[in-house]
Amino acid sequence: MSLKGRHLIDPSNFTLAEIDQILTIAQDMQKEPPKYAEVCKGKILATCFYEPSTRTRLSFESAMLKMGGNVLGFSEASSSSVSKGESVADTVRVMDAYSDIIVMRHNREGAPKLASNFSSVPIINGGDGGHQHPTQTLTDLLTIKNLKGEIKNLKVALCGDLKYGRTVHSLIKTLARYENMSFYLISPQQLKIPNYIKEYVKSNYNVKIVETENLDDVISEIDILYMTRIQRERFFNEEDYVKLKDSYILTKNKIQSAKEDMLIMHPLPRVNEIYCDVDDDKRAVYFYQAKCGVYVRMSLMANLLGVLDDVNCK
Amino acid sequence: MLTVNSIKNGIVIDHIKSGNGLKIFEKLNLTKVDYPVVLLMNVESDKLEKKDIIKIQDKIDVDLAMLGLIDPNITVNIIKNGQRIEKRKVGVPQKVKGLFKCSNPRCISNHDLYVEPSFNLIDEEKVKYQCEYCDDFTEYRI
Repeated sequence: MSLKGRHLIDPSNFTLAEIDQILTIAQDMQKEPPKYAEVCKGKILATCFYEPSTRTRLSFESAMLKMGGNVLGFSEASSSSVSKGESVADTVRVMDAYSDIIVMRHNREGAPKLASNFSSVPIINGGDGGHQHPTQTLTDLLTIKNLKGEIKNLKVALCGDLKYGRTVHSLIKTLARYENMSFYLISPQQLKIPNYIKEYVKSNYNVKIVETENLDDVISEIDILYMTRIQRERFFNEEDYVKLKDSYILTKNKIQSAKEDMLIMHPLPRVNEIYCDVDDDKRAVYFYQAKCGVYVRMSLMANLLGVLDDVNCK
Repeated sequence: MLTVNSIKNGIVIDHIKSGNGLKIFEKLNLTKVDYPVVLLMNVESDKLEKKDIIKIQDKIDVDLAMLGLIDPNITVNIIKNGQRIEKRKVGVPQKVKGLFKCSNPRCISNHDLYVEPSFNLIDEEKVKYQCEYCDDFTEYRI
């Protein structure tokens, strides 16, 4: 099936079969990078990053460069015409003329959706406020698929800032579509997952959801522990942030009762929510996750650009 | 009893819950139009005990989508040549554009002039809508 010309604003823009296609090609890219070294020759990725994000932006840049393409763009609003008051719609119509595909990171929720209304080239949501982060979800899915073999029958704990954590929002909406999934939502009361996400998941999919504030109660049952950062930049006042910033700190001691094959995931960057003594545990896969992010973004862009016709991908 | 003549051509908005007539009058900007309009308040009603009625003469292309947001039980009658040619309940609109703002302060629709806030109905009873941009819920209140 062809994904050529499509936008990725929300994970639900793609069917599970389409997601699987992206993951399968990403796995092939991981195995045989040279096969794809020139598939995007002559193509230009525009990175429109209205707020700083070193990891996501560089992951996209790395992905495009690995496929022989080129990259242009801006990495914060102050270094672009946005600082002169230009609207998202105008910026996108100009970038559309300069590039073949656009990834947008924006602090306002729904900005990439707005951009997609004005763009003739594919728009990829690179994270919009506390709303969605679909390419992180593709990254997470590839990590799970690579390490667990398949995505089903999993007990997944999402821990930390579930209110503003866009990676969590995209991930739960997507994982809920797979067979026999259970979720443990672990957060302080003030950072519980938004109702619109919970209602969407509950009303559309047959999943089990448990909400708790205590990670220790569930850690021995789960297959995946997805930690998130309490995000200072999403709070309207510093006092609230300070109260909650140390809600969950994962240490080597805390994971003693966890399953031997549990995966500890994190979208990064982390602050102190995973203590560094966890890093050398075989269950800690967050740096491997970052590596998967490059391949999945390669696959996504190659699919949206429709450049894989001549490549024999498994 | 106070009587107001029937209109020959136009719209009669009937069965407005008493007290909502003035709000609708203002929302439809009827204080600023140059064609004849009438607002009747606290009229006796079999169904509602008391109701408000709005009559708009010589004009039928009025955007009435917001009526259902205020009171879904309102009846709209279209009058032509002194005859009622259409009678309908307004109901709560499934899709709403530009009539109210998204309640999420971080939503792009509250910050970009190019965006017309756009919503899909989620819960008819609570008049709850989901934003097409940020997905958050907004309950319409007047």
